[in-house]
Amino acid sequence: MSDRLTVRKTYKLYLGGAFPRSESGRTYEVHDTRGHFLANAAWASRKDGRDAVVAARAAFGKWSGATAYNRGQVLYRVAEVMEGRAAQFTEEVAAGEGLSTAKARAAVDAAIDRWVWYAGWTDKLAAVLGSTNPVAGPYFGFSVPEPTGVVAVLAPQRSSLLGLVSVLAPVLAAGNTAVVVSSKERPLPAITLGEVLATSDVPGGVVNLLTGDAAEIGPWLAEHADVDAIDLAGAPAPLAMELERSAAGTIKRVLRAATDEPDWTADPGLSRLRPFLETKSVWHPIGV
Amino acid sequence: MTSLFEYAPAPESRSIVDIRPSYGLFVDGEFVDGTGTPLKTVNPATEEVLSEVATGSEEDVDRAVRAARRAFVKTWGPMRPADRGKYLFRIARLLQERAREFAVLETLDNGKPIRESRDVDVPLAAAHFFYHAGWADKLEHAGLGPAPCPLGVAGQVIPWNFPLLMLAWKVAPALATGNTVVLKPAETTPLTALLFAEICQQADLPPGVVNIVTGAGETGRAVISHPDVDKVAFTGSTEVGRSIARAVAGTEKRLTLELGGKAANIVFDDAPIDQAVEGIVRGIFFNQGHVCCAGSRLLVQESVHDEVVASLQRRIGTLRVGDPMDKNTDLGAINSAEQLARIRELTAFGETEGATCWQPDGDLPDRGFWFKPTVFTDVSPAHRIARDEVFGPVLSVMTFRTPDEAVAKANNTTYGLSAGIWSEKGSRILKVTDQLRAGVVWANTFNEFDPTSPFGGYKQSGYGREGGRQGLAAYLRSDS
Repeated sequence: MSDRLTVRKTYKLYLGGAFPRSESGRTYEVHDTRGHFLANAAWASRKDGRDAVVAARAAFGKWSGATAYNRGQVLYRVAEVMEGRAAQFTEEVAAGEGLSTAKARAAVDAAIDRWVWYAGWTDKLAAVLGSTNPVAGPYFGFSVPEPTGVVAVLAPQRSSLLGLVSVLAPVLAAGNTAVVVSSKERPLPAITLGEVLATSDVPGGVVNLLTGDAAEIGPWLAEHADVDAIDLAGAPAPLAMELERSAAGTIKRVLRAATDEPDWTADPGLSRLRPFLETKSVWHPIGV
Repeated sequence: MTSLFEYAPAPESRSIVDIRPSYGLFVDGEFVDGTGTPLKTVNPATEEVLSEVATGSEEDVDRAVRAARRAFVKTWGPMRPADRGKYLFRIARLLQERAREFAVLETLDNGKPIRESRDVDVPLAAAHFFYHAGWADKLEHAGLGPAPCPLGVAGQVIPWNFPLLMLAWKVAPALATGNTVVLKPAETTPLTALLFAEICQQADLPPGVVNIVTGAGETGRAVISHPDVDKVAFTGSTEVGRSIARAVAGTEKRLTLELGGKAANIVFDDAPIDQAVEGIVRGIFFNQGHVCCAGSRLLVQESVHDEVVASLQRRIGTLRVGDPMDKNTDLGAINSAEQLARIRELTAFGETEGATCWQPDGDLPDRGFWFKPTVFTDVSPAHRIARDEVFGPVLSVMTFRTPDEAVAKANNTTYGLSAGIWSEKGSRILKVTDQLRAGVVWANTFNEFDPTSPFGGYKQSGYGREGGRQGLAAYLRSDS
């Protein structure tokens, strides 16, 4: 055992490709499951949420307009960089979720594999969800899936990395940009994931990670006119209903939370891709 | 209206329909009395009362939902999928056989030109049933896993602009996927839905599979908020859509919404102008502009603006506004006094905000609800007539210089239902199509519909699709 004093990390927000503190100056203590202090996390405010929406909107055109092949490559790169950070993720997941190192490592492995799985979806969605439409007229009719826009994601409260990846990766694979509120009690893997994203060719603003309380920031995101969809995965039942009602004001797409946090190791199929895709039907003339 | 051509009247006979003096609700396979205060349905072209129609109370809706649940559990759910398909094929054929009757009744109740109800509404309604009939025994190929399940009872609320066609868009996919239905038609246009109930009887559709509960907003609320409804589908205004989404929040109900629009119709300088003018007319004046996907914002490239507007005004001068039952009529009656008041209110804003209003010469009938085809030029994107859905024959014309500006202006709306592009250049059509945030894009055409083509909105025009393989997802529980 070395007697070297370690350099501890300051956990900040990941917003617009940078790592700012909360504009509110607030932080909160993060503890492991036994109550030992782990770190101070930035306690994101309503205004941080609004800044994140602005960053996500600004990034949407480039990210959604990139070729599906390019998006797939960038997302695969994220998995590569995650693999290199596996030890750090494992440590954070073990401490935050109270898992043995082996179980924490298994969750990290599953998260990396989930990311690879979604990276491979980018250039298959059009074939699987799109169509050519044999309309009764002189038109070439076709329908293509397109990203919904800016998606607010309330990440799962318990599964701090695998759960987070399971809700974030499909939003990105579909071509959306994201504003994520992390698990409140277990926020550290989210910020480490932000560091991975910042070094993985994911353009700044495509993912914005806020640590803090979904109950505080969620209502602002749910009613924000420039947020197109919201994933309520991490919202407890009474809050989820309130947010869904609020989201109705701007006809947001709402992905409801399961009554209990699901088993994130299960095959998600298309269940988290479909809600954040629109279908555009095109009628192109045929003639000479 | 003065016109280049004079036509002798060519009225369609109404003798083919037999409108009863009063109608009940269609619940569990038969017509029953409603317990609410009946409402009168009016021919908007003459203000003549056509019939008295029952209003469904909460208790009536409950009876209808219980009938739908029984049918779902006992007959329709367990039925062989191929047999469900055969019932839908029967319905499609019956609609075709009685097409003229439906067209006349639709025009009397709605005010739309007989040419449109005869050539568009009714044939498309039959086509929707025919298309979905074929899906009933092929759902394992719908891309929702090997054994997708129906949701149960669907509560459906539809608008007055395409009464029978919207019924078909709702009922056909719901039934094909094994669900049963409680449908609430619009209060001003209930008659073709009630005639459709007779079709269900003629087809020997098992009782309770389709239930039709007429009434106004209260009846609709009872349908969507009934605790035993599994799925809510609504077509109508964005405002009502919001209240429905709020009401459904926190429940297990699945929801699809097809709401308002403010579509851009973009004319580039290389467009075939005469063809574009026909498309502009079709885009905004089809069905008196009572179309959620109407091309109500005309974006014209600056260099051809004067030519397009002059040609458009000349063409509008030849449109015939009047008796919807006349086979030569292009624009029929506005559906209701309320809608006419709303159109007048918004067009008045257009003038006070500084846009230039143009209408053709000519007289309108003395009785009934009418509004002349109207074109606003000198419109700014901030004007209410450029932002709010008028849902009437009112076109707002704006200009652009570059394709980027056209796209920016087209997308500058909270809506995203449809858009049109006029250009001879295929590569430009596809590039601009890609950039438009709208659920349907028509190139060198407008207001085309087909059951194979998924229809629905981006942004505040709603969510979910109707038609095509994609439309089935709204009525099925995916197992993958």
